[in-house]
Amino acid sequence: MAEPLRIAGGQGFYGDATGPLADVLDESPDVVVLEALAELTLAILAKDRARDETLGWTRDLPLYLMALVPAMLERGTTVITNAGGINPVAAANMVVKAAGAMGVTGLRIATVVGDDVRGRPDLLPDEFPSADDLLFANAYLGARPIVEALEANANLVITGRVADAALFLAPLVHHHGWAWDDWERLAAGTVVGHLLECSGQATGGNHAGQWWEVPQPWRFGFPIADVAADGTAVIGKPSAAGGRVDFDTVRQQLLYEVHDPSAYVTPDVVVDMTTVQLEDLGDDRVRVSGATGRPAPAGYKLVAAEGGGYAADLSVAFGWPDAEAKARAAADLARKRIAEAGLELDGWHVELFGVNALHGPAVPPLPDGQPSEVVLRMAWSTTDKDRCGQVARHIIPLGLSGPPPAFTPASRARPRPSQLLRLHTGVVDRRPVDAAVAVSVVQL
Amino acid sequence: MTQQLPLGELAFTRAGDKGDTSDVTVFAPDRAVYDIVVEQVTPERVAACYGELVQGSVHRYEVPNVLAVKFVLERALGGGGPSSLRADNLGKAMGGPILRLSITVPDEVAAQASGRPRPSRDPYAEAAWVVERAGSAHNGR
Repeated sequence: MAEPLRIAGGQGFYGDATGPLADVLDESPDVVVLEALAELTLAILAKDRARDETLGWTRDLPLYLMALVPAMLERGTTVITNAGGINPVAAANMVVKAAGAMGVTGLRIATVVGDDVRGRPDLLPDEFPSADDLLFANAYLGARPIVEALEANANLVITGRVADAALFLAPLVHHHGWAWDDWERLAAGTVVGHLLECSGQATGGNHAGQWWEVPQPWRFGFPIADVAADGTAVIGKPSAAGGRVDFDTVRQQLLYEVHDPSAYVTPDVVVDMTTVQLEDLGDDRVRVSGATGRPAPAGYKLVAAEGGGYAADLSVAFGWPDAEAKARAAADLARKRIAEAGLELDGWHVELFGVNALHGPAVPPLPDGQPSEVVLRMAWSTTDKDRCGQVARHIIPLGLSGPPPAFTPASRARPRPSQLLRLHTGVVDRRPVDAAVAVSVVQL
Repeated sequence: MTQQLPLGELAFTRAGDKGDTSDVTVFAPDRAVYDIVVEQVTPERVAACYGELVQGSVHRYEVPNVLAVKFVLERALGGGGPSSLRADNLGKAMGGPILRLSITVPDEVAAQASGRPRPSRDPYAEAAWVVERAGSAHNGR
């Protein structure tokens, strides 16, 4: 039976910190996984690719690799990432070029493609918009192609869209030789992946319990798991780093963005998290065991997005007295001025920070008197980008020409339109997708 | 004897998002509070406390192995992260409103809850690592 595999979560999103990798590497992980793709990141990357065919991957990948390549070459650390985004081949080319220019040898880079189905209109569900209107359309692949890459002795695996947890499950399947119908083991590995995929969120980040007691909160340790052949895992963090691993921090991440905890669906296994046992071992270590699983559904999850107009926002602060009254009056005047200017809006949304911005109609009447200040946030959407930008011109004159006194812009920047996206989620048949999945390997 | 407490005195919550769906999980500190949450924090009460903030249905899932009760709120994020005009377009703050729900608890559970620590108004005021205090004259201290 193989030794436990030590896996670290080295990135939780595009734009995450790279500093914590130094502490992670001090713990000598066998595998570091960089998870770079939130639900919408592909939209950003699709825009990059439309502008430049060599882009379309998350552009902090080189920063992460600069931190990791020495360990890959000297200690045999394996790195697995979905940073390939909408263009994994271009990401691999970038690595080959950059590493080659520095004279690096010993990298074996595998690229996984086949998740991008925008070029296969026949595979899109009927209720989806036509492929021409989509910014991206990607299936969530499972762990199999990554395992294939590891079997080809890759030490850097670059994918596009795969289920986040599959990035972590794959090296476990490869290392421990788990079978593709060993549902308990696949479930265990998926739970480990789910716990590690959000970096610091497993080690006390966003801790809704006693968050103010998390040690060294400016230096978060990223999570590490030692996973045994039977799937039992011990979650921990680098000893020198801050953060906290205990029953509370781990159970929050266990259920994070899971809908039905008895049926967490991935391309590799449907996980039942209600059988998972968490044992707090103390000393920032939690043992995870007992996950159960059953066969995954016949199709892959498919997420696509189309443009949905443009939005911008503007925030203005009002002070005591009558801060809320001034803010509400300013919002009504702003909307009137926009209408008078003949600018048609698709959406208009008013929030009063200090009153109800975050919880809206769920906020009960305030118990004691007036807030000392209110920030009015006005957000709007339009079909047309230029019109979206013009709207602010009709609000800003309120600074001199509106009755509510002391109109104070709350940020220095002028509103800039950004594109809204309409998401479409569906299911795509596996066979035609799998037929296009390909793993290629380049040796440096 | 029993008394009324807001849920926030008994438990904490974390929220996440997928599309226009928000998920809010209530984490209980022990089995006694977990059982109370299961009994009293019904999907109907949760839907009512969010009001029009949540346009769709509310589903509840019990997760006793980690003393958690999960609520999945449909059509809860103003169209979902990428098309919502809300500042909180990802619903990071959606765990808040549910904590205002009034819960009936036995006195001994209330006594334990009253011992639950809260952050001070300036939690890191005494921390040695704080870099600069001078620039924060407006922070209310």
